[in-house]
Amino acid sequence: MARFEGTSDYVATEDLKVAVNAAVLLRRPLLVKGEPGTGKTVLAHEIAKALGAPLIEWHVKSTTKAHQGLYEYDAVARLRDGQLGDERVHDISNYIKKGKLWEAFTSPQLPVLLIDEIDKADIEFPNDLLQELDRMSFDVYETHETITAKERPIMIITSNNEKELPDAFLRRCFFHYIKFPDRETMQAIIDVHYPGIQKTLVTKAMDIFYDVRDVPGLKKKPSTSELLDWLKLLLNEDMPLDVLQSKDPTKAIPPLHGALLKNEQDVMLFEKLAFMARRQN
Amino acid sequence: MFFNFVDELRAAGIGASFKEHLVLLEALDKEVIEQTPEAFYYLSRATFVKDEGLIDRFDQVFNKVFKGLLTSYGQTPIDIPEEWLKAVAEKFLTPEEMEAIKSLGSWDEIMETLKKRLEEQQKRHQGGDKWVGTGGTSPYGNDGYNPEGVRIGGESKHKRALKVWEKREFQNLDNTRELGTRNIKIALRRLRRFAREGSADELDLDATIEGTARQGWLDIHMRPERHNAVKLLLFLDVGGSMDPFIKLVEELFSAATTEFKNLEFFYFHNCLYEGVWKDNKRRWSDRTNTWDILHKYGHDYKAVFVGDAAMSPYEITHPGGSVEHFNEEAGTEWMRRVAHVYPATVWINPVPEKQWNYSQSTKMIKELVGGSMYPLTLAGLDDAMRELTRKKH
Repeated sequence: MARFEGTSDYVATEDLKVAVNAAVLLRRPLLVKGEPGTGKTVLAHEIAKALGAPLIEWHVKSTTKAHQGLYEYDAVARLRDGQLGDERVHDISNYIKKGKLWEAFTSPQLPVLLIDEIDKADIEFPNDLLQELDRMSFDVYETHETITAKERPIMIITSNNEKELPDAFLRRCFFHYIKFPDRETMQAIIDVHYPGIQKTLVTKAMDIFYDVRDVPGLKKKPSTSELLDWLKLLLNEDMPLDVLQSKDPTKAIPPLHGALLKNEQDVMLFEKLAFMARRQN
Repeated sequence: MFFNFVDELRAAGIGASFKEHLVLLEALDKEVIEQTPEAFYYLSRATFVKDEGLIDRFDQVFNKVFKGLLTSYGQTPIDIPEEWLKAVAEKFLTPEEMEAIKSLGSWDEIMETLKKRLEEQQKRHQGGDKWVGTGGTSPYGNDGYNPEGVRIGGESKHKRALKVWEKREFQNLDNTRELGTRNIKIALRRLRRFAREGSADELDLDATIEGTARQGWLDIHMRPERHNAVKLLLFLDVGGSMDPFIKLVEELFSAATTEFKNLEFFYFHNCLYEGVWKDNKRRWSDRTNTWDILHKYGHDYKAVFVGDAAMSPYEITHPGGSVEHFNEEAGTEWMRRVAHVYPATVWINPVPEKQWNYSQSTKMIKELVGGSMYPLTLAGLDDAMRELTRKKH
């Protein structure tokens, strides 16, 4: 199996590579956490791309139940067909809808299975999946079939930390926390996304960006994806460089700050701090 | 292998299990990583640590366990020829400095120290074999030498190769949390009484099949979703002395709002008086009369107060005692009324239990809620929930 070394669109740090490769080779789920916007979901896409494997995405919502990942039996449709005298009604398998895990278990090619935002679901959700993840097989009671995985799929699980995950579940995973990139990594990420962008613009923008991140008490700190959006806006608007460079305290709020600060309380806090900084001068 | 490491991790409160240990060995066996200390560090971190809050602790344990061992990856410490040392010293020191050094002791003695220092440095230097063979002077480049004998580094060569786990980049995330939302939820679960009420929006498959069989036509039965029917009134103390506990109370609040469907919350300050509010920004303009609450929500509601109960005793006992406004009736009256209307009343106090005795007001409040004051810890919440279940309305 090829090793994951990051791709042309994705900058992977050394520790991320080790964690991904361990998960891929040992076929254990990789649990990825990190601030929103640090590229957790994108990681699965990139792993699939790098390994040339198909990607099966299971986006978890608050109403998602574990068994929906296995299969769903549409009893109502069968009941209706029975009423109408449809021929299909005699074969119960017509009413079994495959879930994402089933899809992953029976995929002809080794797939990458992304279970996105597992923490959104009910608190028991991960526990309900333990058995299936361990045995890599499950029973379909309606048809008396057992679905067994030919090969353990590569599993990437992301979590936003909204709920803590149970220990028994964590034990089975490798874990990686995507920490907020330092300046060097950030520069590399920007180079990947906007090759040929003015060096000085980036440096100035990053100065401001990290300053904003350092403002104490922000509800939501701007993240990588927000910096990238902001840069794109700055480029689109053809913002003259000196706007970013100006040390003029009356212009303490960075231009197009809406791309960085997503919360009106944060904007207010920032304006207040900027106002205080102005008064000091 | 690594038994010591696992033991140390467990001692540090990182729940390393047998299973994870096996995974690590399997990974090493399958040669998942290149054989460098960094890769081993990353691998064992991904295996053992499942919470970014514990990474810093892991770094410390890793440093402790593998500190002396790293040389075994490379080679045994090397005997450094004296000529090299001299050459290095001459390369990096000006003649004046050499003289200064000499004045401190014999050249041999200093050489001995330097030798030791370099050996130490070599032990701490990662990747062992790299520094003697390649780059010639590079290891010495990292080291300088000054009259005090130990100071390492010339201006530009200041940077010692700090190992990743020594950087302890995850220090900020280490929070020895007593409670996480998950734990709070588990504790709140004690307070559950399932019932189906409200609008019927879930298909009752069994009833539908039965009804259809009986009627001979499709007879769909719907039923309300099953949920927790416990009703809760949550009173939260805000401002002043509660500020240090905001995070904790926020967690409790977010866990409670998802767990209980029938939850009403109100804010108060220090002690309950004739008015409470739902929005802190409009606490003066948009108040709810406490009487209205007592009338509106029935006896079957359970009242939970969250507050530190730290105030001047007058704020509880005297009319007009409130620090914020003139209250016509004393706090005691209001607390008694609540405890009367809602027999299931508890007070949850974020202040550690052992400090309660030092505060007069805490003792008074505790008395007012019939002794049902519990600390905001897992065990405390557990007890509080048990108390609420026990006290049926």
